Amino acid sequence: MTVTITTPSPTELAVTRSFDAPRALVFDALTKPELLKRWLGAQGWNLVECTVDLRVGGAWRFVSQGPGGAKMGHGGVYQEIEAPSRLVYTESYDDQWFEGEALITASLTETAGRTTVHTVLRFESQEIRDVVAASPMESGINYGYARLDDVLASVSKAG
Amino acid sequence: MAVDQLDATFAALADPTRRAILKRLKSGEATVMELAAPFEMSQPAISKHLKVLERAGLISRGRDAQRRPCRLEPGPLKAATDWLENYRRYWEEQYQRLDALLDVLKEET
Repeated sequence: MTVTITTPSPTELAVTRSFDAPRALVFDALTKPELLKRWLGAQGWNLVECTVDLRVGGAWRFVSQGPGGAKMGHGGVYQEIEAPSRLVYTESYDDQWFEGEALITASLTETAGRTTVHTVLRFESQEIRDVVAASPMESGINYGYARLDDVLASVSKAG
Repeated sequence: MAVDQLDATFAALADPTRRAILKRLKSGEATVMELAAPFEMSQPAISKHLKVLERAGLISRGRDAQRRPCRLEPGPLKAATDWLENYRRYWEEQYQRLDALLDVLKEET
């Protein structure tokens, strides 16, 4: 299962990926703080704060902590909620590494126990969209740490 | 790669007719007439699309004044996909963690 990235329009990026799990479970993993904390964030980064007010007009706010204690906060407001098939929300970052807000639409479809999550991220201009896609979102730095994590995990298991 | 070039590439790729033209050109050169045939579109309309593709460097036109065949130029396309690859890896990393969590949750239910 690999991530597919497409550019449906000059201001959008679309991310598609399938998961070997039923839709209700995937929807929970996308919206329940106790579950979000268990996976969200590139390797080396973990959610240390996670609040979700899952109703239209309700706010969400996540704070991630990365290597060296660096913190990154982002949040937004839920626009549409149709559990477990559709979720629409806005997103912006505290440190504004891209301008304005992104509008994110996640659609979940289930076939034979497998769920495909199609996420469209719409930005306020093509320039912003391009900045976002060009940025490896600090994952370049995290790659080193991610590999280290894996090594440490395998060493501790072996021990 | 320059941002202007990427903008031109992605703007050109945003249109389904232009993507179809590029797909057709993967199997070899073609004239405007040949390219217009599968689309319900006038030759001038196709020519307009070809100009956009040419400006973005995605195609080149032959020197032959009569035919001016169009040819796919893979360079900018490759640059655009490489550029998206960064982003793809970021999501892949996140979603691998989600895979692991879903496995645990399935066992619990």
